[in-house]
Amino acid sequence: MSHLEPIIEARGVAHSYAQPGGRCTDILAPIDLAIEPDKIVALLGSSGCGKSTLLRILSGLVAPSAGQVLWHGQPLDGHPPNVAIVFQSFALFPWLTVIENVEAPLRARGVGAFERHKRALRILDTVGLDGFETAYPKELSGGMKQRVGFARGLVVEPEVLFMDEPFSALDVLTAETLRGELMELWTTHRIPTRAIFLVTHNIEEAIELADRILVLAHRPASIRDDFSVDLPHPRNHTMPRFHELVDHVYKILTQPEETHVLPSARPAGAPATAAEKHVAIPHARSGGIAGLVEIITDRGGGDDLYHLAEDLMMDVEDLLPIVEAARLLGFAEVNEGDVRITATGRSFAEGDIEQRKKLFRQAALERIPLLRQIYHSLRAKSDHALPAEFFRDVLDERFSAEDAARQLETAIEWGRYAEIFDYDSASERLQGIES
Amino acid sequence: MRVLTLERAGAARRPGTLLTDAVIFAGGLATLYAVLGIGRNWLSPARPGAEITLAPAALPLYAFYSLWRMALAYVASLLFALAYGWVAARNRAAERLLIPLLDILQSIPVLSFLPGVMVAMVSLFPGREIGLELGSILLIFTGQVWNMAFSFYASLKGLPRELTEAATTYRFGAWQRFYQLDLPAGAIGLVWNSMMSVAGGWFFLMACEMFQLGNHDFRLPGLGSYLQTAANAGNLPAIFWGLGAMIAVILLLDQLVWRPLIAWAEKFKFEQVESTQAPRSAVLAVLRKSAALRWLRRRAFGPAWEELTLRFARHQQADGPKEANVWRPLVARGAGVAAVALVLYGTMRAGHILMGLTSSELSMLAHGAGATFLRVQAALIIGLLWTVPVGVTVGLRPRLAALVQPIAQVAASVPATALFPVLLLVLIRLGGGMGLAAILLMLLGTQWYLLFNVIAGAQAIPTDLLEAARLFRITGWERWRLLILPGIFPYLVTGLVTAAGGAWNASIVAEYSRFQGHVLATTGLGAIISQATESGNFSLLLASTVAMAVIVVTVNRLLWKRLYALAQNRFRLEA
Repeated sequence: MSHLEPIIEARGVAHSYAQPGGRCTDILAPIDLAIEPDKIVALLGSSGCGKSTLLRILSGLVAPSAGQVLWHGQPLDGHPPNVAIVFQSFALFPWLTVIENVEAPLRARGVGAFERHKRALRILDTVGLDGFETAYPKELSGGMKQRVGFARGLVVEPEVLFMDEPFSALDVLTAETLRGELMELWTTHRIPTRAIFLVTHNIEEAIELADRILVLAHRPASIRDDFSVDLPHPRNHTMPRFHELVDHVYKILTQPEETHVLPSARPAGAPATAAEKHVAIPHARSGGIAGLVEIITDRGGGDDLYHLAEDLMMDVEDLLPIVEAARLLGFAEVNEGDVRITATGRSFAEGDIEQRKKLFRQAALERIPLLRQIYHSLRAKSDHALPAEFFRDVLDERFSAEDAARQLETAIEWGRYAEIFDYDSASERLQGIES
Repeated sequence: MRVLTLERAGAARRPGTLLTDAVIFAGGLATLYAVLGIGRNWLSPARPGAEITLAPAALPLYAFYSLWRMALAYVASLLFALAYGWVAARNRAAERLLIPLLDILQSIPVLSFLPGVMVAMVSLFPGREIGLELGSILLIFTGQVWNMAFSFYASLKGLPRELTEAATTYRFGAWQRFYQLDLPAGAIGLVWNSMMSVAGGWFFLMACEMFQLGNHDFRLPGLGSYLQTAANAGNLPAIFWGLGAMIAVILLLDQLVWRPLIAWAEKFKFEQVESTQAPRSAVLAVLRKSAALRWLRRRAFGPAWEELTLRFARHQQADGPKEANVWRPLVARGAGVAAVALVLYGTMRAGHILMGLTSSELSMLAHGAGATFLRVQAALIIGLLWTVPVGVTVGLRPRLAALVQPIAQVAASVPATALFPVLLLVLIRLGGGMGLAAILLMLLGTQWYLLFNVIAGAQAIPTDLLEAARLFRITGWERWRLLILPGIFPYLVTGLVTAAGGAWNASIVAEYSRFQGHVLATTGLGAIISQATESGNFSLLLASTVAMAVIVVTVNRLLWKRLYALAQNRFRLEA
């Protein structure tokens, strides 16, 4: 399909936020990307990796810090492209009725009352909302609300429909139903939309819907992989190829340092670039790590991550940081989507609370540079006490303000558990504990 | 025909609508007549010291005059608050200036401007009533605008990001964004703050409808001047008539304006599911049933609105969203430079004037500030002593609360300044001094904030905690120390902040008064402000006003903000 003119082209698009201190935090590394017609493109990545930012840049909502976004070869200045966005939180106006919500974009375009009403009713009928015209969003279930979100998006007949985690706030069954209905509208060409750009952290959702998948790696984010999904619609979770693809994405997300080749898949775009350099602590609580190590030890010391998540009824998204924390601490090893408990991990799981704290302390000081740094800094002071602010400043150089706060919060939680230091939340000071 | 769905839904006729329509029509006619009458009155020659008759039959007219002043001041406040909040929320540079400024403006005791503003306005329109009227309106405006502005600003800043992104993606123009996003998002906060502001407005209105300055006697016909005249004459029946009229007006406003507004604003709540206990209003229900209003809406306002919004939208689309305006940054920069220059000049002049203060005046200021400070603390402590036990008792008993709250609301609605002449009358008969009267007036004005907050705090203590306390036999002082005091703490701090501000403001009218031909005064910053105005000592007036503002802002920063942070961090009871 490469003979078709791309609708959107991103050329060296990068994004960074200015920090209060004048420094910049890079969110997106320079990215080249083309969105072609007649395709659903899914952008996959863990949360906070910058995929929503990329969506906002491509849709013209946010101007990139560097690079250019071209629509049909024209730069995006001044004239907004004909797009629609479906949001995770639905973003409906709570004080407008269903039909007023759907009419709002038409009103903004100066469409007269009669025409507006007609078009809104037609699209509400299409998404299965007839009879709910005068209801307020709060009277609707989550699934119905997102139907309104789709109706509001589709009523402007967008050239590209952007969707930012559109099914994440819905329960599993509702999400599945809505995905089915969307695919039905798309494959039968009942909507004039020429391309769909979907941002999601749900691997299966991406593989179920998309013709092409982009995997985004951590900050500053770059495209780690870009491949076509060679499966006919409707796709079934039980297809062996479906599983193969899920496993492939899994590996990329769990082992970002290594290169993974998708078996017999056609690469569709730019190759993977830059990997992350410094070690960030995943946002997991000590209790969660202990629980995970216990569970895996209990299951014979090893398991497939995918199964584990399924059995625990957790999103892999939520499980990953805990697994990563256990790996960093040396309690577990991760290999090809399988997680195995190490010898240290086993003694941790079987130890009593004192032994656990001791092992955690050892592991943390040996393997987590941030905790080691806090430990040494506290020892260097005569009263073994420092304000948390000090470490936040140190972290600010490497992370965005938000991430720095999260890093410190996690480090403090780990340090308190490991009895490396005490933390007084009122004065926000860390107090070293001598062992 | 599906197009008809919307109209059919509301078309069912219900009995009683004819009467409603007649009432609405009559109301419209009366308003029109009133506007014309007021206009004629304003442009009439000034009648300084106009006689206030104490006949009860004159009260409806006086009430109407007072209400009219309130309404104008309120509309001005609302418009200004919308503009101020909107600019502060949308413009980063402006935000850095406007929000700290708001903090200070809120702390300045408005009443200290009363004499100055009045004199200025009267001399602006010599020989016309309009000067006095505008002066009183300006003062009420200054008293009520800031919290509304802050509320609107906070609502805009709190808008969910995806909602504003939706508005941008779907190409909302500035106008559509304002009426479909900004205004609805701010509506609930604006309604509640408007109620508070108008209640505070009565306080100022009562004070500025009648006052004396040197030999001049300024009087505006209204409820405030009626009450003061009645108290001056020692006419008890007239005092009761006046207070009765005041309470009636406030209750009517509550029923006819605020309750319908609160019930209507319910639809602007950000909630995912419908709440079961939505506020209701019978008046709103009647208005919603009115066929005449519906007809107006469908045939007149609806099409006009449609025409207006479409015109705006098409204009916006034609223009393109980002037309670079060469002039705008230049004008903005010029205005900024001019403002800074003005402020600098003003500061220099003020500094120059302040340098001229004598040492005896300075020591008087220090004494006065100390005395008023102690008086404010005394009023707060007395307030705490009775409101905490009573409020907790009421708050923990839902049935008692349902009984007491409406009564307390009526009592609280009477502005302290309206009661002050009456209070003075009683105290003079009993032989109490002005120092005591001042504390009592501060207490009158501030105790209700404390009481309502304590009741709300006690009601917010989770039932399971109360049950746990009962289960573990925690009673008496221990129960207070472990459960009740920490539970009501955040609410108490909120109440105290408002109460302290109110008490400082009240000191200006409380410490110095002309009553039955005598000057009654006591040592205090408020008295100094009033005296300085009366004697035309501008440098002392400036110094005392600045001193009061500085004290209020400093105490806010050093004490209340910290207590507030403590309350938010440590004592918040959340599920």
